[in-house]
Amino acid sequence: MNEMDNKWIGKNTIRPDGADKVTGRAEYGADTIMPGMIWGKVLRSPYPHATIKSINTKKAEELDGVFSVATSADCVDFPVDTPVILGIQDIRWMARNVLAKEKALFHGHPIAAVAARTEEIAEKACELIEVDYVVHPWAIEIDDAIKPDAPILHDFIKFDGKPSNIAGTLEHKKGNIEEGFKDADIIIEKEFETAAVHQGYLETHACLVSVSPDDRTTIWSSSQGQFMVRAMTSFITGIPQSSIRAIPAEIGGGFGGKTIVYLEPVATILSKKSGRPVKMVMTREEVMRASGPTSGSKSKVKIGAKNNGKITAAQGTFYLQAGAFPGAPIRGAAGCCLAPYDIPNAHTFGYDVVSNRSKVAAYRAPGAPIGAYAVECVLDEVAEALKMCPLEFRLKNAAKEGTKAVHGPTYPVMGYVETLEACLSHPHYKAPLKKLQGRGYASGFWFNAGGESSAQVNITEDGNVVVTTGHPDIGGSRASIANITAELLGIDVNRVSVLIGDTATIGFSNLTGGSRVLFASALVVTESTNQVIDILKDRASKIWNIDKEAIEWENGEARPAGDNAGKFKPLSLVELAEQATPTGGPIGAGHQVNTVGAEGGFATHICDVEVDIELGIARVIRYTAAQDVGKAIHPAYVEGQLQGGVVQGIGWALNEEYIYNKEGKLDNPGFLDYRIPVCSDLPMIDTILVEVPNPQHPQGVRGVGEVPIVPPLSAIANAIYNAIGTRFYSLPMSPPKVLEKISD
Amino acid sequence: MSEVKFISPETIEQAVDAYSKSSKEGNTKILAGGTDLLVQIRSGISQPDTIIDIKNIKELKEISNDNGSYTIGAAVAGAVLDEEEDFGNNWPGVLEALKLIGSEQIQGRASLGGNLCNASPAGDSVPALIASGATVKIQGPEGERKMPIESFHVGPGKTNLKNGEIVVNFQFPKKQKHSGDAYLRMIPRTEMDIAVVGCAVNVTIENDKCVDARVALGAVAPTALLIEDASKALIGSNFEKKAVEKAALACEAACNPIDDKRGTISYRKKVSKVLFKRALEKAIERAKRG
Repeated sequence: MNEMDNKWIGKNTIRPDGADKVTGRAEYGADTIMPGMIWGKVLRSPYPHATIKSINTKKAEELDGVFSVATSADCVDFPVDTPVILGIQDIRWMARNVLAKEKALFHGHPIAAVAARTEEIAEKACELIEVDYVVHPWAIEIDDAIKPDAPILHDFIKFDGKPSNIAGTLEHKKGNIEEGFKDADIIIEKEFETAAVHQGYLETHACLVSVSPDDRTTIWSSSQGQFMVRAMTSFITGIPQSSIRAIPAEIGGGFGGKTIVYLEPVATILSKKSGRPVKMVMTREEVMRASGPTSGSKSKVKIGAKNNGKITAAQGTFYLQAGAFPGAPIRGAAGCCLAPYDIPNAHTFGYDVVSNRSKVAAYRAPGAPIGAYAVECVLDEVAEALKMCPLEFRLKNAAKEGTKAVHGPTYPVMGYVETLEACLSHPHYKAPLKKLQGRGYASGFWFNAGGESSAQVNITEDGNVVVTTGHPDIGGSRASIANITAELLGIDVNRVSVLIGDTATIGFSNLTGGSRVLFASALVVTESTNQVIDILKDRASKIWNIDKEAIEWENGEARPAGDNAGKFKPLSLVELAEQATPTGGPIGAGHQVNTVGAEGGFATHICDVEVDIELGIARVIRYTAAQDVGKAIHPAYVEGQLQGGVVQGIGWALNEEYIYNKEGKLDNPGFLDYRIPVCSDLPMIDTILVEVPNPQHPQGVRGVGEVPIVPPLSAIANAIYNAIGTRFYSLPMSPPKVLEKISD
Repeated sequence: MSEVKFISPETIEQAVDAYSKSSKEGNTKILAGGTDLLVQIRSGISQPDTIIDIKNIKELKEISNDNGSYTIGAAVAGAVLDEEEDFGNNWPGVLEALKLIGSEQIQGRASLGGNLCNASPAGDSVPALIASGATVKIQGPEGERKMPIESFHVGPGKTNLKNGEIVVNFQFPKKQKHSGDAYLRMIPRTEMDIAVVGCAVNVTIENDKCVDARVALGAVAPTALLIEDASKALIGSNFEKKAVEKAALACEAACNPIDDKRGTISYRKKVSKVLFKRALEKAIERAKRG
């Protein structure tokens, strides 16, 4: 498709969800109500680590107004030693995270749940549940979890033949690491730490579930995947997927944190047992205590380079917190950290460490910011030692088309070099700095993803278009799909309506995550739309009584072509729709497939900070993010993704952290003391959209949502060093930490 | 939630009467703007049987200026005081401290009286009120009494109010010529946060000499503190480096903070000195102007 001719792709069309959202009409997870609805509440563990000997729910059940009580005894039993894999999750762990079984593994772990006439009664009933605990010593931090005499969370997890909290490892190797370091003129090795951080979505988890007497179940909830909700609820409750209809609500932020369930299976059990629709809404405190943050980490990175600036070897070891159950995003850390570079000899190693924290959930490029933080900080030190500009140093070692990446693939066409060049030629690169101001640079990578997607494109009787896909829209997929459909059909974008189907109305579609949705759904929508165009040509051929092949579709109408050109008056979409019934019936087509051909995304960021050295406060005063976005289908939304990722990275770098007290409890379970950035903390985030289209996609789409959170942690650390000459190896770089280090 | 009795008196006498009676029977809370109380009720920290809403009492909502001496009702909201133009010209430090409490929306409800009675060691307006030299008027079953702000608190969440007593208003001294006050706080973010350290300074200058000074710190001890040694170091000086340094050291020495999620002991001590110097500079600048 010739880009210059694009009418809708690349245009900032009006958001189809905008009017509802700004007028308060949009229905989020907590907005659905039903007649006869009752409220569910969760009893949570007061201990970070305890064996549950017994749960007595009798008194709670007897309380006036209580309808049902649920414990893990009501869930399907998944033996601890048999994996039950669903995507990247294991239902063994998911079931135990939703309702604790043998043990309470973190403070706030759900133990039981009550459904009652009001939330207050349900809460009171929770207090009446008697749980007999045997309290164990606990481990919160990685060092405490991996020391020789650490309390073991799961007895059957073995490492080196012994019970361990190391639940898994992953490594990537390329070349010969020893030889690589031998060739180096300079080697720098450093250790780093990052704190666990929460996704910080504003909408707390919420759902309404109604189970009929024959087990037919309807779930309204806010999630990143209605099919994920259906599948996990089915596994945990034993109700077949065919009996569950999961209806996606608008989503008030997810960032990966809503790719698993917390409430839906519990509400389903409570509804099934009570015969009433059950609504559950988490408080912010529950979200902070018991829904997934991403891992805290410790890591060590060693990089060697020649005096001419070529990197000869790189090595990285990453320990990531998994929380109470295995599944830390070590692949993101060990797999992405060296991806922007062409390094002949490399070795990365990740450890998945369980401890008595809430189970981690995906968070925007899971694990990748942790890996990149360590690598990009060391690269900054190597560049300094070599007296090279950090961007030129990266350019000299940049991966290109044909480079074999450390994590495996050989890259096709990709735009990393272009992001470096865009930064080098941007005014920000040369802008003057004042005293105590500094500039830092960092790059980042994320895999992106394809996977299952379904779409249906229907022509309405009045000749307009309804597109249905199966992915919750968390980053502008509806607007982008509207642009693509309008472009393909050659009609005004306002004639295209894009809806998110529920599990009963559209084919299986994997969840919204991995930066996969636009890549995947654009593929199936394109295929469906092309099929519709084919049908439309077929209908015109019937009306004109000529071969379908002699018809072309252009500008929203069927035109006779070739020998027949000009012989008939073109038939518009509206005219063809009017004649749909006599020419063969309804016009529409659907497509469902496991999409392949997703390609990674690269970014390079420039960050300026100013440090108040008396108070230890670092503030970001200017920020520019350059990213290979493939093709920006809706540029404003793409910019929004870049800006949002950067802002979350700024929070991660400067102030956000899970703080545990001596009792093993989270001490800051709210937005007052868990400090995500507020607007006044931030400068305008400038974006540079580099477009190197993905050759394996009809519109050139690459995922854009995750890469932008990867570089900020190190870009900010490097900028602080540039401002005050002190390097920080531990996040967050909060004022007390900064002041303490610079006062030394 | 169980039933709560809600009383909305229109006179101080009615309020005091209701308060002293209901306090004997159960847990009673006074409601002004409610920006602290409602949060405490929701989170289960406070479970009152009776709430007495004092917003409808005229005297508690009044602002008056008697020849340069301001009296501000305990329940006057931050946004209302902000619109009282001349108050900010007289006591810019008090106003800037009050305005730091919460967001724009909170400012429509939050009051000096509420901030004082909530008795958080980190309450922003308290150090500024102490530095201003304001007194608080209290009325109870045994009549009326006045108290300097620095004597009001006993510890976190605890005040010197006796049973049935309510705070009526704040009385500010007449602003001296060439005096100025300022309040600064340290928070990790730029807004929507709680002071890790707060410092208020109020100075009066005559012929380039400091003739009066009051310095107060918040969030560094169980209650906000008046730092008398800092006043002594400044009074009589020309704000020369030595005097300022001595006053800053007095601030640091007075700190008795805790290590918590918001800041460490050593951080709070260091920051108290820095904020003092910065607030002093701002106060001097204002004093020279007015």
